[in-house]
Amino acid sequence: MKRGLMALAGALAVLMVQSAGAQTLRWSAPGDVVSFDPNAQLDSFTQNIQLMVYDTLVRRNRKLEIEPGLATSWEVVEPTRWRFKLRPGVKFHDGERFTADDVVTTVMRTIDPDSRNKGNLATVVKAEKVDDMTVDLVLSGPYPLLLNDLTGIFVMSKGWLEKNHALKPGNTSTGVTTFASTHANGTGPFKLESYAPDSKTVMTVNDGWWDKPEHNLKRIEFRPIKSDATRVAALLSGEIDMISSLPLQDVPRVTGTQGFKVVEDPSLRLIFLGFNWRPELFAEPGKKNPLLDVKVRQALWHAVDLDAIQKRIMRGKSRNTGTMVAPPVPGYVADIDKPLAFDLALSKKLLTEAGYPNGFKTGLSCTNDRYIADEQLCLAIAGMWTKAGLQVEVKTESKATYFPRQDRGELDVWMLGWATLPQMDGFSVLSGIFASRKDGYGGSNAGGMVVPALDDLARKAAVELDETKRRAMMGEAFRIAKDQALFIPLHRQPLAWAMKTNVDVPQFPDEYVRPWFAKVN
Amino acid sequence: MIASIGSRLGQAVLVMLAVTAIAFVMFRYVGDPVAMMSREDASPAEKAQLRASLGLDRPVLVQYGDFLGRTLKGDLGISFRNQRPVVDLLAERLPATLELVIVATILSLSVGIPLGVYCALKPDGALARAIQTLSLVGISMPTFVTGIGLILIFAVTLRWLPSFGRGDVVQIGGWSTGFLTRSGLLSLLLPSVTLALYQLTLIMRLVRAEMIDVLSSDYIRFARARGLPPRYINFRLALRNALMPVVTVTGLQIGSLIAFAIVTETVFQWPGMGLLFIQAVSFADVPVMAAYLLFVGFLFVVINMVVDLTYTLIDPRLRTRRA
Repeated sequence: MKRGLMALAGALAVLMVQSAGAQTLRWSAPGDVVSFDPNAQLDSFTQNIQLMVYDTLVRRNRKLEIEPGLATSWEVVEPTRWRFKLRPGVKFHDGERFTADDVVTTVMRTIDPDSRNKGNLATVVKAEKVDDMTVDLVLSGPYPLLLNDLTGIFVMSKGWLEKNHALKPGNTSTGVTTFASTHANGTGPFKLESYAPDSKTVMTVNDGWWDKPEHNLKRIEFRPIKSDATRVAALLSGEIDMISSLPLQDVPRVTGTQGFKVVEDPSLRLIFLGFNWRPELFAEPGKKNPLLDVKVRQALWHAVDLDAIQKRIMRGKSRNTGTMVAPPVPGYVADIDKPLAFDLALSKKLLTEAGYPNGFKTGLSCTNDRYIADEQLCLAIAGMWTKAGLQVEVKTESKATYFPRQDRGELDVWMLGWATLPQMDGFSVLSGIFASRKDGYGGSNAGGMVVPALDDLARKAAVELDETKRRAMMGEAFRIAKDQALFIPLHRQPLAWAMKTNVDVPQFPDEYVRPWFAKVN
Repeated sequence: MIASIGSRLGQAVLVMLAVTAIAFVMFRYVGDPVAMMSREDASPAEKAQLRASLGLDRPVLVQYGDFLGRTLKGDLGISFRNQRPVVDLLAERLPATLELVIVATILSLSVGIPLGVYCALKPDGALARAIQTLSLVGISMPTFVTGIGLILIFAVTLRWLPSFGRGDVVQIGGWSTGFLTRSGLLSLLLPSVTLALYQLTLIMRLVRAEMIDVLSSDYIRFARARGLPPRYINFRLALRNALMPVVTVTGLQIGSLIAFAIVTETVFQWPGMGLLFIQAVSFADVPVMAAYLLFVGFLFVVINMVVDLTYTLIDPRLRTRRA
């Protein structure tokens, strides 16, 4: 009898503990929120967290398709004027009603010359209030990606910004830090309760949210942990319910531990190699750049054993690819997504045909702290190219020094990862990597590559409002890149999260954590 | 005396100037914040504009002069990463680091001295030998290995202690303290033990060596011959004299503890200045890095100055030589 009572009491205690803590999601990731001011930074992780507090005019659903958010409908009145109908009955966290004034203020604050993310809304010239629940966005020209851009523009409250003297965005050069950097007042599913950098950010559920919640959370506690080993330990010790970004080497350990599970999926981020297009290579000054020959580039591609990389380095978790954009992204064409076959004999034959029977000397550069196993990738590829007869000078370095070097075009063969974010559209590859560096295009095309057909396609796709035609243009660009072996796409890198078995947080290939779809049982 | 302080101060200023110059030149090479701050698909024009707005397009000497001028006014600049004044960031993080360092120091003294005395008094005992051997491990084990090991034992396996963070803190004025909450005190244990371990073994070995030295000196032998009680000889006579160098080393070690808390803070996600510095490095946040270096440089200069002046005060021979 006594023992039975004790067992009952014990079971009750367990139940009570579970129900008390059940609806709190304690989550950890290596990064932290940089600022709560949406216009003060461009950090994608920060924007991920802000999206829990702030809503956008249009948003992404479970399939990452664009759907109505604070705007219920929209139409293109003229090619340069889009009209948005706003959702009635929405309230900010402080109880203020959401109106067109808030959208106008948000847009003007975003495109303010001092705003850090003004590039995320580069084509918008101004916002005009039509009536209380209607807003026009005026563009500098026809632009097909306005909705994509708006998924990253967080709607702030005009009254709240005015009251707290935060109408101007925060700015690094003038040292402006506003009330909005550490406080937040959105219309989103969660309210910001407290924010302690590097330590803890707490949010509570917004019971007055306009949308029907698909989650059962009452509270989110975000605790950043930079060290991989400590983050995994914090999960296994039960202090944390979920960690986003679980290091690949810890996957077996977590799956083998009772009460925990691993969720994995390939991310949108595609890792590829790009080339130096200048007359000579840095590794061999004074000689003609062999990489300018399409046969050489194909030879290098044929010499890379992607399957071996996938099995040994990526532990079977990555997805090999033959094109420059991931399947869920507009512009992707399935039939060119096949890498050139690994064929060392063919590689050598192509090199001989190109006039390099004994190979040549080239540099190969990678980060060692940015992408998954980036350094091992570089070393493995160097080994494979050596077998094809090349002399490869491998150089790996920290992202802080690597990216500036890449940006200045100081590398012969370089590695880059591209997720097409925040637009999530193939155009990001066309404008940033394929087009030559001119009039704002080619931000990451520092190798000096100039392909007139690609320049042309990028400019046409930029103003094409017909979605079918636009996708065809992008597909054609990806086909040219493959035929000419302008780049060597390697794989989509894997994304792994770990959580307790009673926690259910869906994973998305854009690596965003969306707790408004999360369940804690 | 005053002249001596004056020349010390002059030297300190020169050292600090050198530190600022080194900091500034060095950080030219740690990377480009513009690349870290831009969107993935930023256009060259956007990057150029950002560079200009951060003042990075000006000649290095102009930037250095600007930096020096602002520093003299007590303005350490604005963090590139989160746009807040660096002085505020450092002030926010100082309590976490100081509390960690204080606890680590107390821990290393209160454990290191008794162990050292014990080993000196019973140099051939089995326990003393075991302690000696273990101390070698303590001195040669890298901090992150110790930290991760402690986390695996006490947080993951036993689930007694938190594996990261500072727990709940209480704000007293501008100071956030973890001393007043249960979770705060529990959170302090693992990181402070990790940080203390090296210093603890150092102090232990130092006390032991000094004690053995003092115990074999003439006045101890005379004291024994006079039949004074062993307690009095060991603790009042021997230990007091043996502790002099320990005080010096502890003082100097506090500087390095603060500077080298970086590793411990990273392993335990301890929100102190070390973690701030590491985050700044991975983001090429030059103002924060420079300020941190200045702060640590300043700390070392002050501690060395105080130690030197204390010597002069304690040892009359140093004073007469100068006079």
